Amino acid sequence: MPKITYIDVNGNERTCDVPSGISVMEGAIQNGIEGILAICGGSCACSTCHAYVDERWMDAVGKPDEIEDSTLELAVERRPNSRLTCQIEVSDALDGLVVRVANNDG
Amino acid sequence: MAAAPYVVIGGGQAGLQICDSLRRLGYDGPLVLLAAESSPPYQRPPLSKKFLAGDLEAERLYFRPSSWFEKNAVELRLECTVTAIDRAARRVSCADGSVVDYARLALATGARIRPLACPGADLADICYVRSLADSEALRARLPGAARLAVVGGGFIGLEVAAIARTLGKSVVLYEGLDRLMARAVSPTISDYYAALHRGHGVDLRLGCGIAAIERTRHGLLVRDANGGEVEVDIVVAGIGVVPNDEIAAAAGLECRGGIVVDAQARTSDADIVAAGDCTWHYNGFLAREIRLESVQNAVDQAKVAAASLLGAGEPYVQVPWFWSDQYDVKLQMAGIGMPHDNSALRGTTASGSFSLFYFRDGRLVGADSVNRPADHMACRRLLAQGTMVTAAQVADSEVDLMQIARG
Repeated sequence: MPKITYIDVNGNERTCDVPSGISVMEGAIQNGIEGILAICGGSCACSTCHAYVDERWMDAVGKPDEIEDSTLELAVERRPNSRLTCQIEVSDALDGLVVRVANNDG
Repeated sequence: MAAAPYVVIGGGQAGLQICDSLRRLGYDGPLVLLAAESSPPYQRPPLSKKFLAGDLEAERLYFRPSSWFEKNAVELRLECTVTAIDRAARRVSCADGSVVDYARLALATGARIRPLACPGADLADICYVRSLADSEALRARLPGAARLAVVGGGFIGLEVAAIARTLGKSVVLYEGLDRLMARAVSPTISDYYAALHRGHGVDLRLGCGIAAIERTRHGLLVRDANGGEVEVDIVVAGIGVVPNDEIAAAAGLECRGGIVVDAQARTSDADIVAAGDCTWHYNGFLAREIRLESVQNAVDQAKVAAASLLGAGEPYVQVPWFWSDQYDVKLQMAGIGMPHDNSALRGTTASGSFSLFYFRDGRLVGADSVNRPADHMACRRLLAQGTMVTAAQVADSEVDLMQIARG
């Protein structure tokens, strides 16, 4: 099972087993990662699952599509490596992925 | 004796958010969440979308794993229907005979489906889509059905029709009014969606309510108000919801088509707040009272309600937003565009990517975006900030609305 490392806003780092096929956001919710709120439930409507993809993983994760790119405009502090974790599907290719949770409470 | 808990009635999105917000805001006392259904709090929007299509399993709808309730010391009681609130005794009674004392109370009782009222409406196999159990029942029956009648041309009916057509079923959709989603969008959007559904093969009957449903040997016969009749395998009704305000009203709380709350989500009892679909509330952004059925309202109002329970009392001032997925078309709504006295089209309906921006007294009040998410997000920001834009600006695709919103 792919391992995803989440670093929350307080700097706490946790590596979790997340099954392929679900989203990086769902993996965070299931593992109780602080700061991934996902109030719209993964419909790409709210930006509260915003995280920063570790630079080494940006190519593997890819860029946001048009809907996500627009939704990211609602994020508090958007950066070049910003993604909505509900839109990243976990797969073997992402085994080892590291994401840093953004400030989604702001 | 241990202190009485804060009690939240209703295990939907608002109820869960109140619990979540109470803990985030530092409330560390006992907390009880009373939920009428047998599932832990789950997302409703996919019930008429991906879940119904069979693309998601029920567990993926749950907002939180069971470990979250333990970790946050939220005592979740499932299948617990509250039947009465005794404000003098600060106690709620449940259908199973149990009672729960409360120190403070939050009502997130939601809304329930409005049932059909025509002859035959009591036939046991008429489907609705409100709860997970409703959607599971409909989903289980779809493989054995070829012909559907959908009653109601609102969001739920149209989403169900889209899923059914995608699965290859024949669909007749009845709408008593002369256009789709009439309460929420303008005629331009209604007309676009009528053409979209007809293009996908839906037999769309506008201005045509149903008169009766009868059981036949092979299915159900739907008789419409214009004299037509169609035999189908399944009838799905999506004709709106009614707020669950009865226990509040019986307890003497003010109700007016919903539990009346102020801008701080407080009811007429200082120790009781309410949030979500069940409330008739004041939204400072809209500067008026309204009842809204949406994820946005459930979450944002729940946050305000939780803060008020703790005495913080920040007002509810939020831009409403909604969305609906039908086929591969995403409809996103920002603000409340109805009624309006002027509108401006951005993009073209022919391209399938356009927005209609609505103005009242020269001010932007909302926009409906069809496969045009950037406009939707720009509109939400423009509305939230109160940034002035003109109809001419939004109609010009060369004008970068997000740039204006960023200031």
